[in-house]
Order: sequence, then C-alpha cells, then structure tokens
Amino acid sequence: MQALYAQLLVGLINGSFYALLSLGLAVIFGMLNIINFAHGALYMMGAFCAYFLLNLLGIGYWWALIIAPIAVGIFGMILERTMLQWLTGLDHLYGLLLTFGIALIVQGLFQNYFGSSGLPYAIPDELRGGMNLGFMFLPIYRGWVVVFSLVVCLATWFLIEKTRLGANLRAATENPTLVRAFGINVPRMITLTYGLGVGLAALAGVLSAPINQVRPLMGADLIIVVFAVVVIGGMGSIMGSIITGFALGVIEGLTKYFYPEASNTVVFVLMVLVLLIKPTGLTGRAA
Amino acid sequence: MPEVMTAAKPAAKAGGAQVLSVKDLQAWYGESHILHGINFHVNEGEVVTLLGRNGAGKTSTLKSVMGIIGKRTGTIQFNGKDISRASSDSIARLGVAFCPEERGIFASLDVRENLLLPPIVASGGLSLDQIFELFPNLKDRLGSQGTKLSGGEQQMLAIARILRTGARFLMLDEPTEGLAPVIIQQIGHTIARLKKEGFTILLVEQNFRFASTVADRYYVVEHGKVIDGFANSELEANMDKLHTYLGV
Repeated sequence: MQALYAQLLVGLINGSFYALLSLGLAVIFGMLNIINFAHGALYMMGAFCAYFLLNLLGIGYWWALIIAPIAVGIFGMILERTMLQWLTGLDHLYGLLLTFGIALIVQGLFQNYFGSSGLPYAIPDELRGGMNLGFMFLPIYRGWVVVFSLVVCLATWFLIEKTRLGANLRAATENPTLVRAFGINVPRMITLTYGLGVGLAALAGVLSAPINQVRPLMGADLIIVVFAVVVIGGMGSIMGSIITGFALGVIEGLTKYFYPEASNTVVFVLMVLVLLIKPTGLTGRAA
Repeated sequence: MPEVMTAAKPAAKAGGAQVLSVKDLQAWYGESHILHGINFHVNEGEVVTLLGRNGAGKTSTLKSVMGIIGKRTGTIQFNGKDISRASSDSIARLGVAFCPEERGIFASLDVRENLLLPPIVASGGLSLDQIFELFPNLKDRLGSQGTKLSGGEQQMLAIARILRTGARFLMLDEPTEGLAPVIIQQIGHTIARLKKEGFTILLVEQNFRFASTVADRYYVVEHGKVIDGFANSELEANMDKLHTYLGV
C-alpha cells in the first residue's frame, strides 16, 4: 500500500508540472493561436536561471521563484516581438516549425556548454525533510510543489476567467480586430500573454530543479507528454488544462503501480481515445 | 451614372465644426481595391447616413476610418488631426467609437463583461445607471452570456458599451439589420436622443425609411465612391434619384 501512495505522490508531482506547462501552452494557444513547441526549452531555461542565480550570484531558491519567471518571460516577450508576431494569420504549422526550431537552438546551446548530464540544485533548507502521515512518508518539498503549483494554476484561472484583464484577453482571443477598435492595445496584450505563458513554464522549471536536477534536455523529455495533456484537455481551455494535467499525472502514477510497462504510454493511449471520441478535447469547444 | 462627388456636397448643419473629414479615401482588402476615392465630412452634432446597395463600400468606409482596414490612402481627419495612418486602438482612444454590423458581442463574456470591455477614452461617458435607463432590458440580463441575448438586446448592448467610453463620435454600422420593427423603433428613439444630447453620429444604413427619421444629411455610396449627397430637407426632391441608387 505504501508503494501505491508513493506512486500517487509521484503522479501528483508530475501532474503539477504537466498542469503548469499545459496551462502556459493553453494560454498561448488561446491568445496567439501558436502551438508553442519552445515551451519545453523555456521550462529548462527557468531551471537553468535558478541554477545560475544560485551558483553565480548566490541568490537562492525563493528569489529564483520570482526572478526566473520574470527573466525567462522577458526572453519570451522578445521572441514574440521579434519573431512570432510575424506569423499572425498564418497556418499553425508555421508557428509550430518556428518554435520547434527555437527549441532546438536553445537546447543545443545549453547542451554545448553544459553537456547532457544533470547539474545538482539543492532543496532549500526550509523545505528539507519529510512528514510521516501514517499511511505514507511525505517529503516536504514534494508536497510544497503540489500545493504551490495548484495555487498558481488556480490564480491564473482566476485572472483569466474572473477579472477585467482576463475578459480583455478572452475577448481578444475571439475577435482581436474589434477589441483593438475599442481602444485596447492588442499587440501589447499578446506580448504580455506570451510572457505570462513562458513565465509559467519557467516557474515549473524552478520547481522541478531540486527534484529532477538541471539538464538541457529536461524540457524535451516532458514537452511531448504536455502536448498530449493539452490535446486531451482541449486546446486553449484553461481549466481543462489544469484538471487534465493533475489527473493524467495521477493516472500515470497509478499505472506505474498496477502495470508499470504501460506507464510511459498510458497518456498517449488516452489521447488517441479522446481524439476519437471527442476531437475538441474533454473541455474544448468546437472552432 | 451620376457625377462623382469630389467634395462634401450637402449643406453643413449650421454652427457645427467639422468632426470628421474624409478626402480621396482609397482602400484595399489584400490585392482587391475596394474604395476608389471616398469624400465626405461630418459636422459636430450631426447624424450623417451613408446609403447604398450591398457591397457598395459603406462598411469598408467605416472600417477604413476606424483603421481596421490597414491598407488605405487619402486623408482622414478627426477633429483636425490626421488619423489616416493611425492604428485602430489609437483612433478609438481619440474618441471614435465603432459599433460593427455583426454587433461584435463576445460569446466568452457575459453581458456585464461585454458592457465594461471598451476602456473609457474621455470623461462624460454614460454611467451604468444611465445605460440601464436607456436600455432597461440589459439590467436584467447582466449575468447572461452575451450571445444568448435576442438580436435586439445584442444591438442594445453593442450601442450601450460604446456609450460608456465617453467618445462623442459614434459610427453605427447597420444597427437595424435583422431586427423586429418594434426594436428598430427603439433604436431610432435612442439615436434621436443621442443626437439631442450632442453626439455626432455616422450611420450606415440600408433601411432608408429608418435613416430618414434620424439623419441630417445623406451620402450615397456606389462602387467604392460617394456618388451623391443631400440634406434631409432635400430628401423629397431627391426621392426618385434615391430609388434608382438603392434599387428600391
């Protein structure tokens, strides 16, 4: 039974990363109509940013949680302004190819300088150790990742679904031309939205660093699963991405316990089933 | 074919300064040349109506003034300022409000969110209470999804949300399209009231009978050009010509 709970916890942690990353992808797709294949590389940059802050400047984990998403978010905004904005109105394939190319370049550069093996990033002192819950042992840092990710996801959902700014974003997703004709600077809003999505990826990277170590290909390993999560949840659906991210993490964890051989493929089997039964995803709307 | 107007022909309403002046406006959708030299002006406090058949270029004229059609040449002046190269968001912030033909109600927003979407661009816009006084139906539907409203309510919402902004120059594109006569009458009363309160309105209409109840002047658009123009007082004298232009 202990093993089952341990796998459930692992599933929840993976689910946290899936949720944060797929949320960023959903926000970017919803607003920019771009399938951001660079998301994994930007997640990796978040982890490296935390690593550099600690090892070059002596700035620890807590500040890295704030600085890394902002720094990588700014990098994302520069990408959007200099490259992605020119793809407006073109087929999705162009955005996918461009961001895929960006991902390869960024990952290649980091691999060139840091190799493929992981660099250690220590768990902050405040989050070391664990708690005995009776039925299982809970490492505090892992519990923190799950709770913090959930809070960030819900805060993002609240921002988009329940605030004035979110209403502007949703309206601009539907009809950017008219929103602009109302006096709202839509290009600037798109840039900031891309920055927000990228910032979420970088935040996931910082959270991941103490668990998975810091590796140039850490995002490449994850991004395919995250795309499956987004497809299952429904492209562009905010709440769909959050729920599906956590749920698929848990399903993956349970599969590791009951039938480990299928744990790497269960997400993709589910994706195929969802695409066959409901092509718009579980919570997505038809275009 | 009547002679093409090269300048605003109808007599201007006494006392009103020119709010909008459009000279030799040409516009393109991609490679397609759609406006071929539009000329007209709107004075302060007037309701000016662009008339014409389907596809004549009326909506394209409004969209060009609003900056929605990016590829355009000619001169567009709003309150003396050249806006012919400005982006649509900066034109809106100067005080030009646009109510599109298809109403532009956002499905992902409820009525309140739709109403509050356009930012305030100047002081003096209508408060929510004033809007509910003008359109009482909206008050009861605040929490409803915007596109769940009836056609008439959607049109009221589309007009109401631009009245909040404080803009004093309104461009209304076919506000009566597809509406029941009783709703058309209500929209007519609203436009008349706005005119009385000093709003300047550029109206695009195919419903000539409706336009004649509110307009001060008319321009007739055909094949992307203004081909005629007259004041409301000259309407009777121009009726035969108008029937020919509009094919009614």
